[in-house]
Amino acid sequence: MKIWVSAALVLLGSMMSGAVQAQSSELYQQLGERSGIETIVEEMLLGVADDERIAHYFADVDILRLHKLISEQVCNVSGGPCEYTGDSMAVSHNNLGINNADFNALVEHLIAAMEQENVPVAAQNELLALLAPMHQDIVE
Amino acid sequence: MPKRIFYGLSVLLLSAVQPVLAQQFEAPGSRLLATGGASTIEGSGGGGIVPWATLSSYADEGEWGATVQMTEVQVDDFSLSVQGASFNWNNRVEVSYARQQFDLETIGGELEQSIWGVKARLSGDLVYGVMPQVSAGIQHKSNQTFALPQAVGATDDSSMDYYVSAAKAWLAGPFSRTWVANVTLRNTEANQLGLLGFGGDKEDSREWVGEASVAVFLDRYWAVGVEYRQKPDLLSFAKEDDWKDIFVAYFPSKHVSVVGAYADLGSIAGLESQTGWYLSVQASF
Repeated sequence: MKIWVSAALVLLGSMMSGAVQAQSSELYQQLGERSGIETIVEEMLLGVADDERIAHYFADVDILRLHKLISEQVCNVSGGPCEYTGDSMAVSHNNLGINNADFNALVEHLIAAMEQENVPVAAQNELLALLAPMHQDIVE
Repeated sequence: MPKRIFYGLSVLLLSAVQPVLAQQFEAPGSRLLATGGASTIEGSGGGGIVPWATLSSYADEGEWGATVQMTEVQVDDFSLSVQGASFNWNNRVEVSYARQQFDLETIGGELEQSIWGVKARLSGDLVYGVMPQVSAGIQHKSNQTFALPQAVGATDDSSMDYYVSAAKAWLAGPFSRTWVANVTLRNTEANQLGLLGFGGDKEDSREWVGEASVAVFLDRYWAVGVEYRQKPDLLSFAKEDDWKDIFVAYFPSKHVSVVGAYADLGSIAGLESQTGWYLSVQASF
């Protein structure tokens, strides 16, 4: 009997933790997991490169490295199994003179990329809400 | 709908969606889609009947923007036509102008007024940060048809409204949808916006009224919401009611927005329960 109870508890416990994990990475899944996120970030950066408002900020940037870091970051904040290996937002944007308009321009390209990839509106909003607090570390 | 209105609305819509024309007004500003809101019937940027803390157009820091609007309201015994324009500098200061014609279809006659508005963003941002965006504004209203308002007890043909507004957006609010709320406190002595003049025989004093709007974005382009606007009641000849509406707003691009609403304007000039439709089109540059 005891054994059955402990087995049931273990089973229940593993189901619960599985449920929690599934919930925390639901956004990650809706973004298309790693490959979906990499596509979204790629499209966003292509949009940025064509945008004369902000393209100059990225002129001397290693774009492949930037793509890797942003993808890691999006994967990480959306609950995916990724470690962000870059600098903090405050450090990496220090003294760049980015204003509100510049920040919004990038957000627009992110939204356009998510629309392009048919990310559901709810998932778009959740990701935007997770990224929005970075505004205070990026905009001067 | 009168012919000039139909013509005006068509031109506005065409100019806003027509790609060749639109190209000449490329990049109407850097703020995110829909954060420019709509144009109120008093010209200020906002919802439909409540001025919001947001500034009109999409101009952000280091940019300027402008809007033109046409609005038609048709209730049981009255219709209101509004033409307006606004200018936004740096997302800091908004200057607006609106003309209103109020047709007394059942009673007979027409009332007119013009409204100059200035609004300044004092602090915060609608989208970013914890604090709401807070703005303060004035609306200088002058009634061009004061004979009737005077006859029913109004004391002045022009006056100022002062207001303070706070607005906040939640990017992923309930149901993971983007929500926007705005509250406005207004100091006024206007009767039916000022169309029936200012001050009154029942009470000749300024008062504070509260106004509020809540909207939810169903996706990136469509929003639905409600608005409520308290009004003073200064004339003895007829009771003045608070106004409310429910609306649907469509933002197909940064160049144009369309708002349709069902409005309950209560009792106006002695004619009870005035309800009906509201349609507003705004082009943004």
